[in-house]
Amino acid sequence: NYKRYLYQRVFLERLSYWAFVSAAQTLRPIKPPASHYLVFLFNSVSLSPEYSLSTSSPHRSPPSHSHRKMPDVQSMVLEFVNKLRKRKIEGSQATARCTVELLRSVISHHRVPHANQASALIDAVKAVGAQLVAANPVELAVGNVVRRVLHIIREEDLSLATAAVAGLDLLDASDDDEDVNGKGIGYPGMSAAVVAAAARSTLRPPSLQTLLEGTPESATVPYTSSSGADSESKTADKSSITRKLKHDVIEGVNQLIHEIAGCHEQIAEQAVEHIHQNEVILTLGSSRTVLEFLCAAKEKKRSFRVFVAEGAPRYQGHLLAKELVARGLQTTVITDSAVFAMISRVNMVIIGAHAVMANGGVIGPVGVNMAALAAKKHAVPFVVLAGSHKLCPLYPHNPEVLLNELRSPSELLDFGEFSDCLDFGTGSGSPLLQVVNPTFDYVPPSLVSLFITDTGGHNPSYMYRLIADYYSADDLVM
Amino acid sequence: MDPRRGPLAVPKVRRVGFFTSIEPSPETPRPNRSLSGPAEAITSSSPLSDSPSGQFISPVQIPPSRHHSDNLASRAAPVPVPGPSAFRRQLANDRALHVGSYNPVDSLLGTSPPSSNGEVSEDSGSLFGFQRSDSAKLSASFPNGGFDMTLRVRAPQESEAKVAIASTSDGRKKNVEASGEGESVAAKPLKEKETKSLKEKTSKAERRAIQEAQRAAKAAAKGEGSKRAGESSRPKPSKPAKQPQPKKEAPQATSSVSEKRAVSVEKERRMDVPQTQMQYDDKSRVDKAKRRSVVEQTESKNKVELFLHLPQYERGNQLPNLSSNIFSLDTIHHAVYKVGLQHLAGDIAGDNARCIAMLHAFQEAINDYTTPPMKDLTMDLTAKINGYVSFLIECRPLSMSMGNAIRFLKNQIRKLPVDLSEPEAKASLCSEIGRFIDEKILLADKVIVQHAVTKIRDGEVLLTYGFSCVVEMILLYAHEIGRKFRVVIVDSRPNLEGQKLLRRLVTRGLDCTYTHINAVSYIMGEVTRVFLGASSIFSNGTLYSKVGTACVAMVANAFSVPVIVCCEAYKFHERVLLDSICSNELGDPDAIANVPLRNNKKHSKTMDNNKNLQFLNLMYDSTPAEYISMIVTDYGMIPPTSIPVIVREYRREDLLL
Repeated sequence: NYKRYLYQRVFLERLSYWAFVSAAQTLRPIKPPASHYLVFLFNSVSLSPEYSLSTSSPHRSPPSHSHRKMPDVQSMVLEFVNKLRKRKIEGSQATARCTVELLRSVISHHRVPHANQASALIDAVKAVGAQLVAANPVELAVGNVVRRVLHIIREEDLSLATAAVAGLDLLDASDDDEDVNGKGIGYPGMSAAVVAAAARSTLRPPSLQTLLEGTPESATVPYTSSSGADSESKTADKSSITRKLKHDVIEGVNQLIHEIAGCHEQIAEQAVEHIHQNEVILTLGSSRTVLEFLCAAKEKKRSFRVFVAEGAPRYQGHLLAKELVARGLQTTVITDSAVFAMISRVNMVIIGAHAVMANGGVIGPVGVNMAALAAKKHAVPFVVLAGSHKLCPLYPHNPEVLLNELRSPSELLDFGEFSDCLDFGTGSGSPLLQVVNPTFDYVPPSLVSLFITDTGGHNPSYMYRLIADYYSADDLVM
Repeated sequence: MDPRRGPLAVPKVRRVGFFTSIEPSPETPRPNRSLSGPAEAITSSSPLSDSPSGQFISPVQIPPSRHHSDNLASRAAPVPVPGPSAFRRQLANDRALHVGSYNPVDSLLGTSPPSSNGEVSEDSGSLFGFQRSDSAKLSASFPNGGFDMTLRVRAPQESEAKVAIASTSDGRKKNVEASGEGESVAAKPLKEKETKSLKEKTSKAERRAIQEAQRAAKAAAKGEGSKRAGESSRPKPSKPAKQPQPKKEAPQATSSVSEKRAVSVEKERRMDVPQTQMQYDDKSRVDKAKRRSVVEQTESKNKVELFLHLPQYERGNQLPNLSSNIFSLDTIHHAVYKVGLQHLAGDIAGDNARCIAMLHAFQEAINDYTTPPMKDLTMDLTAKINGYVSFLIECRPLSMSMGNAIRFLKNQIRKLPVDLSEPEAKASLCSEIGRFIDEKILLADKVIVQHAVTKIRDGEVLLTYGFSCVVEMILLYAHEIGRKFRVVIVDSRPNLEGQKLLRRLVTRGLDCTYTHINAVSYIMGEVTRVFLGASSIFSNGTLYSKVGTACVAMVANAFSVPVIVCCEAYKFHERVLLDSICSNELGDPDAIANVPLRNNKKHSKTMDNNKNLQFLNLMYDSTPAEYISMIVTDYGMIPPTSIPVIVREYRREDLLL
């Protein structure tokens, strides 16, 4: 365990560097022609005209490599993709759970070849993940979970590999290991010495000497885990290791499911540390995390008052308010426009995030930025609750537009009255009435006071590091 | 009592000389005082002795502008410097004392030319009732002034000011009365003598109680004397209705009229402002108000704790109640009644519209008004208007601009020349109201449009929030003169006024984008200018407007988009405001509770009675001045810091109202 820990530390240091580089490469600025009518996501450009989101878009056939999976898995994937595309799944937690369960069945049904099992698994997951992400590019939880699963695969693979290398090292000293028959043969371009050096650098604690020494080695030995897995997977007994890898991965995925399911409780446990007696709390939109958080404080006999902004045009705030009242909290529903008026009497703003970006920016329900600005103006702490599945390893560019989604204008205007003024993409009437109804809002990290995740409270500036614990640098681009 | 006053006054005068650095005061008034002491004993009952002094003092001694601006100065300022007042009696010295202890600079300025109180002093000369009550007041103020001046200076002055306001109108009324009926005049001096002697001993509170009793007695006496049977009941509902508000109380404080009519007009205005909004968490006052209220309404039970000081009534039964007893409410003119109903039902929304409707109703009411026998037009009409106003307040709290308009109207009534016949007076009042509507609202809007349109260039994206008729006019005019621009209309629940604007703009062929307030930070990136309407602008630059305006302005500020506020100058107000809590209006909470949500229906029904769930429907919020780049008014385009300047300069010259 200690070895693994040390290994991870070195590895992650490098990964975080890679994360920076690759993120910078990935998020090259795209200037959209008519910004808010299009939904952009990085380089996978999915153009959706403004009003098409309410209608179901034609279904695309899945990529070719899904033939490797069992048919039932394929149909499950298709079904889920359809759901995502039609925005049938509400909330990032539900999405994350569905995604991770789907990936688990993908993994368990995937027939792993004898060679390169890890990379085969990774390819399979990536292929499915790409479909899912393309189906709903603004639901970042999907991509996060896919990356988490990929990370689990790589990690399990690496831990097996390090175990094997450790065995190798042991072998050098004493020749009575069981794995002796698999050793030494079939290293195509790599000598045992190099492997040993790689292993040594991974096993040694990260001292200055290791770092200096490690530089030339990592130049010769490609340090990405896939190649390491590629070579080292052959060291061990094929059948047993295959089974072991898959088993470990599924174990890890199960853990992830557990973690996603339990993130509410983890976050809610910290509530008493942040909410005191007679506090006035403002929240916005409907978030289960926030609900649990507030109720946890209530259960600890703290009495406080909650202002809920109603969150037009979806009025999620009303739902939250009713839930809160049902649990016995003193709740006041205010209009969204009254946020600024009320914020001067509020002690804390607590928001459930839709996604947290690597720079510490938050994507939340629409109207959050307004509340954050008002909170900043009145020096009210702005606290964001986010489960770890909401931590996105990407650095946002123009997220207000690119990571947003426009909903049907019928939520704002009755179609009957203004329908002849609205442009449905066909006519070119000169008095063009456009209705803008975004779903999300982006809060820059400078406006956020604190993140509360299931691992504790964090500063916005720390989020990139926290996020680096969860993802591999190789998976940032899918 | 006069001999008693003499010795009392002397030590005070010495103090004046001692405290203030004004040299003339110890020199000139002292001989005067010694003169006036005996003189007063002789002349205290004669009306003529005071009039020259009043006229003499006011032109010379009133500092011109200072007292318009700041509170302290304004309290002290009307107080003339003792120096040149040869006929001024102790009271002058008494006041000079206050001047000295408060604001020496002010009294040093005393020689500068007079300000706007010519009219006050001019009609005061011929007044009969002044003298006695003067002396009464004077003597009453002695105990306070003599013992602890520095601490309690303010209190007597306040009461004096209040009384002084009454002085003009009241004096006029008494004049009429004197000519009309002899017996009431004869009765009055007796009564006043009584009070005079009483007042010498009583404290301020006691005095006030006596005043009240007196007033009630007088009202009753008048009621009896009047011929019509309905009369006696008539003044009652209107008069007590005013009690919760000091500004309405002021004209009623008739019996003790001081000689301090030289108090500046500005002070009267201050008292006239409906500034002391009733605090609805004050139980006794609410009960009092409820007893005489015209509209039967029940306070809603589940109120938000922060807003207990604001009225919130159960909706639904107000309108039926009101419209059911439409024929029984003879005290309220039908035009006013109609406007009240419209306010209550929300048929008239928007500050200008409400204000104009109210003024038109007043116009009509004044046209139909006939002065009851044995009453003075000024007094009775003011009382009537007060009754109307309190009725309107019950229907819906007045906006600041309406308060200003009412103030204007009352000023006009007060300023009516005494010798004007009733039809003339009515005609002049109606034309004044018409002029106010034309100049201060309609013409001002035109000027604002002319100014604001210069700020719209081709290719701009203008954002506006809610519905403001000035902004609508600006946009339409800019479109008319061929500017190419796009409009973003931001709207908010529950009123969705933006849809009205959207409808109007779209039919006129403007390119519009419609969104809700939550999306304002999404849309703000493409906006180049924000145009906002206003309900009022306070003298600290705070914009008081429809709720959500502050959010829009804040987001615009965060995106570095200039915020232009369009506001007629008659909406400026000398009050100050920091937050949106202290002064606001609560709308119907059910408007928020009812949400177009699919599965909401059965849910909301069960939740309605829950004590823990409250709905807060704020109507206004206040935008700090730092978010406002520019204010377009009928006086030009100014920064928010210039609001107090406009308020001060133009109101002083009577141009603002």
